[in-house]
This record gives sequence, structure tokens and C-alpha cells, in this order.
Amino acid sequence: MSKIRYSRRSILKSGGAAVAASALPAPMIWAQEIKDITLRQFGTGVSNLNEVGQKVKEELGFTLEMTALDSDSVTQRAATQPGSFDIADIEYWICKKVWPTGNLQAMDVSKIKNYDKIVGIFKDGKLTPESVVAQGTAPHTVGFVESEGSTSFASEETNWMTLIPTIYNADTLGIRPDLIKRPISNWSELLNPEFKGKASILDISSIGIMDMAMVCESMGEIAYGDKGNMTRNEIDQTFAIFTEAKRAGQFRAFWKTFDESVNLMASGEVVIQSMWSPAITAVKSRGIPCVYQPLEEGYRSWGGGIGLSKALTGMELDAAYEYINWYLDGWVGGFLMRQGYYSAVPETSKNYMSANEWGYWFEGKEAVEPIANPFGDVMAQPGEVRDGGSFYERMGEVACWNAVMDENQYMVRKWNEFIAA
Amino acid sequence: MDRILKSRNVMGWAQASPLALILFGFLVLPILTITVVSFWRATEFSIIPAFSLENYAFLFGSDVTYRVFFATFKYAAITWALTLGIGFTVAFYLAFHIRSQTMQIALFLLCTIPFWTSNIIRMISWIPFLGRNGIANQTLISWGVIDEPLEWLLYSDFSVILAFVHLYTLFMVVPIFNTMMRIDRSLLEAARDAGASGFQTLVHVIFPLTKPGIMIGTIFVVTLVMGDFITVRFMSGSQKANVGRLISNDIALLQYPSAAATSVVLLCTVLLTIAILLRFVDIRKEL
Repeated sequence: MSKIRYSRRSILKSGGAAVAASALPAPMIWAQEIKDITLRQFGTGVSNLNEVGQKVKEELGFTLEMTALDSDSVTQRAATQPGSFDIADIEYWICKKVWPTGNLQAMDVSKIKNYDKIVGIFKDGKLTPESVVAQGTAPHTVGFVESEGSTSFASEETNWMTLIPTIYNADTLGIRPDLIKRPISNWSELLNPEFKGKASILDISSIGIMDMAMVCESMGEIAYGDKGNMTRNEIDQTFAIFTEAKRAGQFRAFWKTFDESVNLMASGEVVIQSMWSPAITAVKSRGIPCVYQPLEEGYRSWGGGIGLSKALTGMELDAAYEYINWYLDGWVGGFLMRQGYYSAVPETSKNYMSANEWGYWFEGKEAVEPIANPFGDVMAQPGEVRDGGSFYERMGEVACWNAVMDENQYMVRKWNEFIAA
Repeated sequence: MDRILKSRNVMGWAQASPLALILFGFLVLPILTITVVSFWRATEFSIIPAFSLENYAFLFGSDVTYRVFFATFKYAAITWALTLGIGFTVAFYLAFHIRSQTMQIALFLLCTIPFWTSNIIRMISWIPFLGRNGIANQTLISWGVIDEPLEWLLYSDFSVILAFVHLYTLFMVVPIFNTMMRIDRSLLEAARDAGASGFQTLVHVIFPLTKPGIMIGTIFVVTLVMGDFITVRFMSGSQKANVGRLISNDIALLQYPSAAATSVVLLCTVLLTIAILLRFVDIRKEL
């Protein structure tokens, strides 16, 4: 059935590709065979979008199968089942855990067309030449290896990249301004007794611990050597503060999934909590005021990228490189940026966004027309500005990255205790 | 050959073997595996098959474990008392006050209607009802009963137990109703003739004869509550914990050996509880 349906199109396509192949000297994969290639990608939900898979089929011709899992399962699968995927769409902290297993292969930077345009955060760690590198597992610290087969990370840019950065954002606390009725400007407000029984934090250990650290530091209770790599003592102190607050009834609930965080906020059960950017827009789209509050201490940031399985060779590997180059070419970037994330190569994404969208999402300008996301939901009305402002204001204020610590195992056990306490 | 088949022993073994094999493969073997794994060590990605008491040491060394076990028993005890009270009353009404059998069956089926939907849905539907701005609080405020919304209605022990009672009362009603229906009515007449009041009949005749049903219901409710994790997670907003939550957290964080150790301890606790319960009533004799 599908063969008949696609026959005319594939003839046209292979014809076109043949012309292109003879006209361009660049290495081009034989288009008739590329149809048969299937690349299996898995990762967390944020960027595993069916729209991307469809577009790949249309523009590159091969099939991209996507599987979305939660961060813990993603980590486990990348580490233990190398044969089950071709492309891993993972966060940088997951990369730190998984890379030493040798299941991923380094990527040749010279084959990445838009490499020079990738933002500095993923290369030397600096957004602008004056930027200070934030604590935690900053992407550039696990972004490169010395040589093709190396299992340890390089301290500077090399020709071998571990993950190609795809998506990232700066996270902060979400608040209900209509119920709080006063300005909020510090992370410490999460444990302010004023919000007793109306606060929440997320129940995902590697992210939650960083939110906790931002709060404890802001309260002036703990001075961390490095929030992204705490000592056992610092972990104990952090959990002591939060366990005490929990037993005193500070928290209304903890949330684990995106929907839960939206419902807690929209129903007014919670007025201040750790939150993700698209959850804020989901609350707003119900007509309920909700602000992604920029705070003095800065943001907790995260970043994701795609890595290639060690098992990928020959034509599949070439197809994967084509996919990566296409990914950085702008369509996906625009698609993600219109949901409030950032693209690793913003300047190519600009070509796929209207001046109004680019101004609102990236430059922090007032919207001149209603802003809609790629699924058609209106996100902002004319005159509204993005919380936190422009790309440089937001990403320039990152205080720490989601992290994997040396004492991770210990932290996880303490986390479990905290949840049960 | 013929002789062998006719031997009572062989036939008996042959008849028992399908069930024995299934129980061995799907019950005994998994439990053995869990027990073995509970003595292993784990890093984030690998489980190391080396004998170690680390998991048990951590489990018994943390005061959180004792609190959580206490909370588990607390939920089980309160839920048991409430489901027994409601279940017994409902069954008593159905068995002795409704005279026509058609009506009995109809009302009994009515009790089961909520069970046609998933128990997760039945549980979650309480959340908007009990919430800070939920129907319960709004109604009470509009009646002038309270001025401020009641915070303890949701994400508290109250909401957890409410959901448990809602979900599990039927497990009490069914066995109690079943034993009550089999009580010989002439015994009640005899009690009446001997001058017993309605209450005396209830306490001295009906209650003792219903004990096996109560015990079966008790085993259902206690084991369900002690093994539950999802009700506690949703209804307490992760603010409360029972042992099941401890295990599910461990699994989510890939700590399989630790989860296995907690499971073994829970299994032993539940088995002990049931053994104690069975000392009170011999279910097989009285069925």
C-alpha cells in the first residue's frame, strides 16, 4: 500500500537527488537507499516531537523513530542497552554519567556545517567573552573528548564532540502574582513561612537538589564550595533544612510530571514552586496569571544534545550526520524557540521565525501581534514581554547547571529519605 | 502403566501439578529472586552480585524507615476500622433488612457500579473536590460553616484514608454479605424466642457467625493498604509515605537491590500480620 502511494514521489525524489549529486561535490547518500534507513532516536519528552520525525522524512527521506522516556529511564537505557538506539537525545548531566561506559561515539566537528555558529555556552562555556562559567555540569565541560575513542572529557574545545547541542533553557521559580500580591526576587522565598502549605518542589532528584541548593544559598544557610558537586556534609545540611520545612508543612505537594505542576498552580493549591517554562505557558493559556519569576541569584539551567551510538557505522552514520546538520539548520530551532526553549544555533532559527516571534522569544521585545506556539495556542498578547527578558539577559544570569555529583549515589538515597520523611 | 495411573498418589500429584507449577514459576521464583537481589550491591548502572548486608543496614539504620512502617500500620488500622464499620453495616442491611432476593441482588450490584471505572480515576476525582478552592470548601464557605478553606481536606492523612476507604470498602462488604446470607434464619428466630433483643442477637449470634467473612475482608483490606503506593502518592501529594512509596521511589531512582530489601521486609511484615489475624479465626473450619 505505502509502496504504491510513494512510488511516484520517490522516483521524483531520487531523480532530484541524482541531479543534485552530480551538481554538488559534497558527499551525498544515494537517495534510493536512504529511504530504507531507519534511525532510532530516544530521549526525554521535550525534544522528541513527532513533527520533527515527519519533517525528517519529508526533507531527508529516511525514517526517524522516536521514543520518549523519563530522565532516569533514558540514563539507564543509554548506559545499559547500547544496541537499542542509534541516536540518544540526552541532557548534558546524563552524558556525564553515560559517556564513560563507551556506548556513544564522538562526532567529528569538521563534518558539522554550522559548528562555528553554535553559541559559546557549548564550546568554551562563555555566552559572551565576559561571562563567568556557572557551577554544576556545564555543557562545555562534558562537550568534548581528546580523541575519537577517548572515554574521558577534554578540558577545552577539540575536534571531537560528545553531544551536538540542540535545546536548552534557564529555569526558575513560577509564581501566582495574583495570589502573592508582592514582588518576589529571591530563591529563599520558596521556604518563606508566608507561603506555608502553598509551596511545591519537583520530585526529580538531580534537578530538585539544584533548586534546593539555590534556596539554601539564598537563605544564607549554607555556603557551598560548588553546588554542582556537593560534599556529603553539604548534602546532609541541605536535606536537613528541607526536611524540617517539609515536616513543618511548608509544602502542599511535590510534583513529578509536567501536568501535575500545571494543575497545582492553576488550581491555586500552590502559589510558588519549581517549574518548567512550558508549564508556565500552559497555566497562562487557561487565563490564569502566572509568572516565570527572574530571581536575583540567577537561573538553574539545563541543556540537551544528541549523541550517536557506538554501533552506528557506514551509511547510517552518514545519515546521522545529515540529520545533525539539518537539525542545526534552523527549522527545528525555530520550532523549539517558538515554544520558549533556545536553539544552539539561534541565527539559523531566525530564518524560520517571524520578526515578531524573534523579537518576543529571543530579543525580549514587546510582542506586536499575538504570539502563538507551533501548535496554534496563543502564548502572549500584543504588548506583553517575555519573563526575564532577552536571551542574553536570561542565559547570562545562569547560576548553576543541572548536575551529577561525585556523591550522586549518596544524594539519591538521601533524596528518597526526604520524600518519605 | 495402567497401575501407575490408577494409583491415587500419582493421580493426586498429577492433578496438583499444574497449579503447583504456576505458583512455583510466578510466585515462588520471583520472591526468591527478589530475596537474592536484596543482598546484592548496586551502582547506578550495574547490579553487583556480591553478598552484602548494605541494603538492610541502610534500611534499619534510618529512622525514616521506622516512621514509614509506623505510617503504613496506621493507614492499615484506620482504614480497616472504617471499612469494617461501613462494610458490616451495608452487608447487614442488605442481608437482613431487604427481604426480596431480586432487590438484594439489585442493591448489591449498585454497590459495585463505582468499580466499573479504574481506581486511579476514582481516586483522582477526589482532588478537585477536596482542593483549597474545591467543591467541598466552597460549599462549606457558602453555608457559613467555615470562613477559611480547610487545608487538611487534601494532601493529608485525611485524604489518603478517605481514598482508601472509598476504594476498599467493597472488599469488606462482599465477604461479610456472603457469610451473612448463609446464616440459618431459624437461629435468629430461636434467639428472638429465647428473649434476646435485636442488639443481643447482633452481638451474640450474627457477629460470631460472620467472623470468617470479616476475616477474609480484613485480609483483603490490610494487604491492599499495606502494599499500596499510588493512592498515598496522589492523595498526599507526596507529602506522606508508606512502605510501598519507599519501594517505588527506589525503583524510580534505579536502586533495585535497595527496593528488593524493602520488599522483603514488607513481605515478612504482611505475612506476620496475616498469621496473627488467622490465630483469631480458623477460616477453613468456619467457611
